[in-house]
Amino acid sequence: MEVPLQYYLFLSAIMFAIGVAGVLTRRNAIVVFMCIELMLNSVNLTLIAYSSFLGDVTGQVLVFFVMAVAAAEAAVGLAIVIALFRNKQTINIDEINILKW
Amino acid sequence: MILRRNPVMSAIALIANFCCIALLYLLLQAQLLAVLQIVIYTGAIMVLVIFVIMLLNLGDEERLTERYDLKKIVGAVIVFGFLLEMLYLFVFSDFSEGPALHSDATNIGTVENIGRALFGKFLLPFEVTSLLLLAAIIGAVILAKRKI
Repeated sequence: MEVPLQYYLFLSAIMFAIGVAGVLTRRNAIVVFMCIELMLNSVNLTLIAYSSFLGDVTGQVLVFFVMAVAAAEAAVGLAIVIALFRNKQTINIDEINILKW
Repeated sequence: MILRRNPVMSAIALIANFCCIALLYLLLQAQLLAVLQIVIYTGAIMVLVIFVIMLLNLGDEERLTERYDLKKIVGAVIVFGFLLEMLYLFVFSDFSEGPALHSDATNIGTVENIGRALFGKFLLPFEVTSLLLLAAIIGAVILAKRKI
């Protein structure tokens, strides 16, 4: 008895929706950042599910690259958060609007 | 996870989520990626996140008022509508017939097979990834060091 492909896809879609909800509703920059990680992971789950069900290694290689990009994004994103906090003493993304005209 | 006020609780929930996803990868016969998921996500990225949370000392999260304007409410309604639709489909669908796991699935996720693909067909993207990581290291150091 194995888990059908559809279950993985549903779980992935629901995880992605939760990540989008977090990005849209939360104001804490670090929580928004973690929600982006959640969305990346849901996409990874879809890729690996298809990779295993289709018998193709390409999906897993792609997940490898996504992980590398996520690590790079984590380093740069958190550095930006620290720099912002140092300058403005807040990480509320409603108050960070220096790039708005 | 997105309902917690304290970001540390969110981070811990996310770590649990990542561990569960790693187990799902094992269920899908992707051994290497299950290990990488634990090592990279829970081991590196989330430790970095928790480190930054503690560095910024955001214990008094309540000061960070969560305002609810129209834009945010519309976004939340759309997302929760999508969630309800997914749940509806999940409950009322028939999953009895669907594709089965590929017969060769056990051999796909091995270190040997992924390594052959990485250093054969995907050699150029692999090298470009190393450049990306180098750029990320330099960018992170410069951003965290200097005043912008």
